[in-house]
Amino acid sequence: MEGFKKSLLACIWFMFLTFPLVVIRVDTAEKTVQWRWMHMLWVGLGAFLLSYVWRFMLKRKAMGRSATNPDGTPVVPFLQRLSANPPLARSIMAVIAIGALVFPWLFSTYQTNIMISAMIYIVLGLGLNIVVGLSGQLVLGYAAFYAAGAYSYALLNHHFGLGFWTALPLGAGAAALCGIILGIPVLRLRGDYLAIVTLGFGEIVRLVLENWNEFSMGPSGVSGISRPGLFSVELSVDGATTYIYYLMIGLVALTIFVINRLKNSRIGRAWLALREDEIACVAMGVDRMKTKLTAFALGATWAGMAGVVFAAKTTFINPASFTFMESAMILAIVVLGGMGSILGVSLAALLILLLPEYLRAFSEYRMLLFGATMVLFMVFRPQGLVSSERQRYEFKETKESQG
Amino acid sequence: MEYFLELFFGGLTRGSIYALIALGYTMVYGIIELINFAHGEIYMIGAFTGLIVAGVLTAMGFPALAILAVALVVAVVYCSAYGYTMEKIAYKPLRGANRLSPLISAIGMSIFLQNYVLLAQTPNFLPFPNLIGEFEFMEDYAHILGSANLVIILVTAAAMVALTLFIKYTRMGRAMRATAQNRKMAMLLGVNVDAVISLTFIIGSSLAAIGGVLIACHTGQINITIGFIAGIKAFTAAVLGGVGSIPGAMLGALVLGFTESFATGYISSDYEDVFAFGLLVLILIFRPSGLLGKAPTQKV
Amino acid sequence: MSAKTIVLEVKNLSMNFGGLRALSDVDLDILQGEIVALIGPNGAGKTTCFNCITGIYDPTEGDILLRSPQGKGVRLNGLKPNQVTELGMARTFQNIRLFPSMTVLENVMLGTHCRTKSGILGAILRDRKTREEEVRVVNKSYELLKLVGLDHHVNDLASNLPYGAQRRLEIARALATDPFLLLLDEPAAGMNPNETIALEQLVMRIRDELDMSILLIEHDMKMVMSISDRVHVLEYGQKIAEGTPAEVGANPQVIKAYLGEEAVDA
Ligand SMILES: Nc1ncnc2c1ncn2[C@@H]1O[C@H](COP(=O)(O)OP(=O)(O)OP(=O)(O)O)[C@@H](O)[C@H]1O
Ligand SMILES: [Mg+2]
Repeated sequence: MEGFKKSLLACIWFMFLTFPLVVIRVDTAEKTVQWRWMHMLWVGLGAFLLSYVWRFMLKRKAMGRSATNPDGTPVVPFLQRLSANPPLARSIMAVIAIGALVFPWLFSTYQTNIMISAMIYIVLGLGLNIVVGLSGQLVLGYAAFYAAGAYSYALLNHHFGLGFWTALPLGAGAAALCGIILGIPVLRLRGDYLAIVTLGFGEIVRLVLENWNEFSMGPSGVSGISRPGLFSVELSVDGATTYIYYLMIGLVALTIFVINRLKNSRIGRAWLALREDEIACVAMGVDRMKTKLTAFALGATWAGMAGVVFAAKTTFINPASFTFMESAMILAIVVLGGMGSILGVSLAALLILLLPEYLRAFSEYRMLLFGATMVLFMVFRPQGLVSSERQRYEFKETKESQG
Repeated sequence: MEYFLELFFGGLTRGSIYALIALGYTMVYGIIELINFAHGEIYMIGAFTGLIVAGVLTAMGFPALAILAVALVVAVVYCSAYGYTMEKIAYKPLRGANRLSPLISAIGMSIFLQNYVLLAQTPNFLPFPNLIGEFEFMEDYAHILGSANLVIILVTAAAMVALTLFIKYTRMGRAMRATAQNRKMAMLLGVNVDAVISLTFIIGSSLAAIGGVLIACHTGQINITIGFIAGIKAFTAAVLGGVGSIPGAMLGALVLGFTESFATGYISSDYEDVFAFGLLVLILIFRPSGLLGKAPTQKV
Repeated sequence: MSAKTIVLEVKNLSMNFGGLRALSDVDLDILQGEIVALIGPNGAGKTTCFNCITGIYDPTEGDILLRSPQGKGVRLNGLKPNQVTELGMARTFQNIRLFPSMTVLENVMLGTHCRTKSGILGAILRDRKTREEEVRVVNKSYELLKLVGLDHHVNDLASNLPYGAQRRLEIARALATDPFLLLLDEPAAGMNPNETIALEQLVMRIRDELDMSILLIEHDMKMVMSISDRVHVLEYGQKIAEGTPAEVGANPQVIKAYLGEEAVDA
C-alpha cells in the first residue's frame, strides 16, 4: 500500500513535470497550439511502473551488492563465472572468432560496414578505457584525438596522396602528439577540472576544423579519401569493405592484446593505483606526470588509429563527426562496459552500436537511452556490465612463484 | 565610440545571462562539489517552457508584457521542479561515491534532458516571439542598447541583489553558507543538509530559467543545443571567478561577457566560441582556483 | 654501532595553513637504526610534520635533510613525494590509503615501482628482462607479505582485509620501496592489545632485520614507551620536549599537555 501511494505520487509528479513539454506544441508564427493529451497517459503509466522498479533497485542496493542464491551462496554473474572457467571461455572465444572471420562472406556489404563501425567503437572504447578506466583521468574531449587521426589521413591523402598504411602510424603519432601537448599542462588538474578542460579542448579542435577553411576545408569537410589498396591494387567498394573489415579485426585483436598485457604490468599497476588514490600512489614513488602522460598519449594513439580507419572507411569526413556527443558516446561505452574491463567495454561498444542499427524503432530513442543508462549505471552499478578482474598469483610454500 | 558602447552593452548583456546560469553552477559546486553538467539543460528547458507559454497565450491574444511575466513565472516553477527532481534521481543516491561517478551521472542527465526535449518538441530551431518589444523612451539609444538588453541587465541585477540578501540575511541562507563550509559540521549542528541541497538546486534552476526566457526573447530563436553551449560558457564564468564563490561567479560572467563581445567585435566573429573555450582552458591551467578563489591544500 | 650517523635532520620547520600555524620551528633528528616516536595531543601537528617531510606539503619555512647510510646528504625541500621516496624514505598513512580494488599483492608490488624500470614496450613485448623483473617483484612482494603476516591473503582485494591487516599491508607496501627510513603514522590505531603487541615486534624486527631507522607517530603510550629509543613531543605545533621515554614521561610539561593543569599539581 505504501508502495502504491509512492508510485501514485511519482506518477502525478512526473505528469506535472512533463506536462508542458510533452503535451503542448506551439507554433508562434501561425499562432496555433497543438495538444497531445495521449502522451500524458504514457508518461503517467511509465512513471508509475518505473517508480516500483526504482524502489526495488534502491532496496537491493541498500542490502549490499552481493545477491545470494536461496542456499546462501553468492550469485556469480555469468560473465564473471566465464572468466573463472578458462576452457569454457576459450571455446566461446573460438566460436566468436570464427563467426567474426566468416561474417563478410555471409552478410551484405551493408552489414559488414555496420560491423566495421562497431569495431571502430570497440577500439575507441578500449583506447579511452586506458585513460578513464585504467588511469582514472576523466577525458571528455576524446573525439579530438579521433579527429586528429582522421584528418591526418584525409589531409595527407588529399594533398600528398599518401596511402593508408603510411598514414596509419602518422595519424596515430599525430594523435599521440596532441595528447602529449594537451597533457603536459592539464594533467596536474583535479579530476573534474580535467574533464572540463578536455571538453573545452575538444570543442576548440572541432571549431577550428569548422572555421579554418584553408586548412581543413571547413564544415564541408574532406571528401574523396582513398580506400586502402591491397598491395597497390585498387579494390572495388565491396572488396575494400571486406579488406577494412579484416583490418579492423586485426586492430581490435591488437588492441585487446596490448591492453591485456599493459593491464597487469608495472605501468598498468601504476595507472590503477593512480586512479585509486593519487596521493598514496605518489607517496609510494610513482611519478604522477609521467604515468598519466603515458596513459594519455597511449589512449590518444588508439583514437588516432581508429580515426585513420574511419576516414578510410567513409572516404569522407567533416567536423560534425567529432562533436562532444561523440566523446560522450565513447565515454558511455567505457562506463557501461565497466571501467578497466576489456570484455565489458567490447560488449558495450557492440551493444551501443548494434542495438539501434537492428532495432530501428529504438534508434530514435538512442541518445535518450544513453543518457538514462549512464545515470542508472552510476546509481545502481558503478562497476559496469563486467567488473574488471585482477590477476591472481599462486605461491607454493617454497617461495617459488609464477604469474 | 558608439561601436565601443554597443559592444560594451552587448558584453554586459551576455555577462548578465552567463551570471544567471553561472550562479547555479557555483552554488551547487560550493555545496556538493559537483559540476552539475546538466545545469545548461535546465536553462534550455526554461527557454522551451517560456516558448510554450508564449505560444499558448499569444494564441489566446494576451499582451506581450503580460505574457513575458507569466512565461517567467511558469519557467521558474518548472525549472525548479526539474532541478529538484534531477538532484533526487541522479545525484542524491551518489553521495559518498567517488568524485567521478556524480560527474558522469550529470553528463548522462544532460544527454537525457537534451534528447527528451528533442523528442517531445523538435530538433529544429524555433522562432521565439519578442515579448519585450521596443520601449519608446529607448528609441534614441536603440542602436547601442536594445530594450531587451536593458531588461536583461535590470532583471539580472535585481536577481543578484535578491540572492545576495537571501544568502546574507535569512536562516536558510545561513544554513547554505554553513553547509558550503563544512557539510558534516553543519549536519551535526542540526542543519537539514538534504533540504539545503534541494534548495540550492531550486534557486540555481530558477535563475537559469529566468536567463533562458530572457535570452530567448533577445535572440529570437531557440533549439535544444543552446543549453550545452551556454552551460559551458557559464561554467567558464564560474571557474573564472573561482568556483564556489558567488561574487566570483558574477565577476567571472562579466569578464567573459566583455571578452566575448570585444573579441568578436574587434577580432573575428567566426571564433566566438573558441575565445570562451580558450579562456576556460587557459584559466584552468594557469589559475585553477579562479580570480577570487584561493588554492586550498588538500588535507592528507 | 658507535658514532651513529644522522639519517634525517629537520630544522626550524614551520607550516602555515592560511592563518593557522600548524607547525612552528620544529627540530627533529633521527639516528641510523633508531626508533623515534613523535607524540602529542590531537591536532598537535604530527601528521602535518610527516606531510612536510615526505613532500606532500611544501613547508612554509625550515630545512629537511636526508642522509643515506652511504653518507650522501640531500635537502628535501621542494622535492615531490615520489622523489623523496626514491631517495629512500617511505611512509604509511594515518587514515589508511591503500588501493582498494587492487589485490594485496599488487598493493605491495606497486611499492617496487620506483626501483624497477620496465616500460610500455617491455610490458607489451614481455621480453626476458621484463619477465625476470616481474618475477623478482612478485617474489620480493611475497616475502614482505610473509614478514607482515599477510601471505595468506595475496589475492584478496585490499579493501576486504580487516582493519589491522590493512595497517600491516601499508607497512609492507612502504617497505617495498626499499627505504632506509620508515615513517609510520599511528600504526596501532584501531588495533586490539594483542595486535598491538604483534605490531611492536614487527616494528622491532623491521629495524633489526632490515636495518631500518623508524620515525613513528603513536597515541598508544605503552607501545611508545616500550619500543622507542627517543621521543619528541609536539603541542600546538611546537616541540615541547625531547628525550628517552623515561625522561619524557617524567617531564611536567608533557604531563600537562596530555592531562591538563590539575594533573601536575596533584
Ligand atoms: N591541509 C590542511 N589545511 C588546513 N589545515 C590543516 C591541513 N592539514 C592539517 N591542518 C590543521 O593542522 C593542525 C594539525 O593537524 P595534524 O593532522 O598534523 O594533527 P595531528 O597531530 O596529526 O593530530 P592527530 O593525532 O589527531 O592525528 C590541525 O589543526 C589541522 O586541522
Ligand atoms: Mg595525525
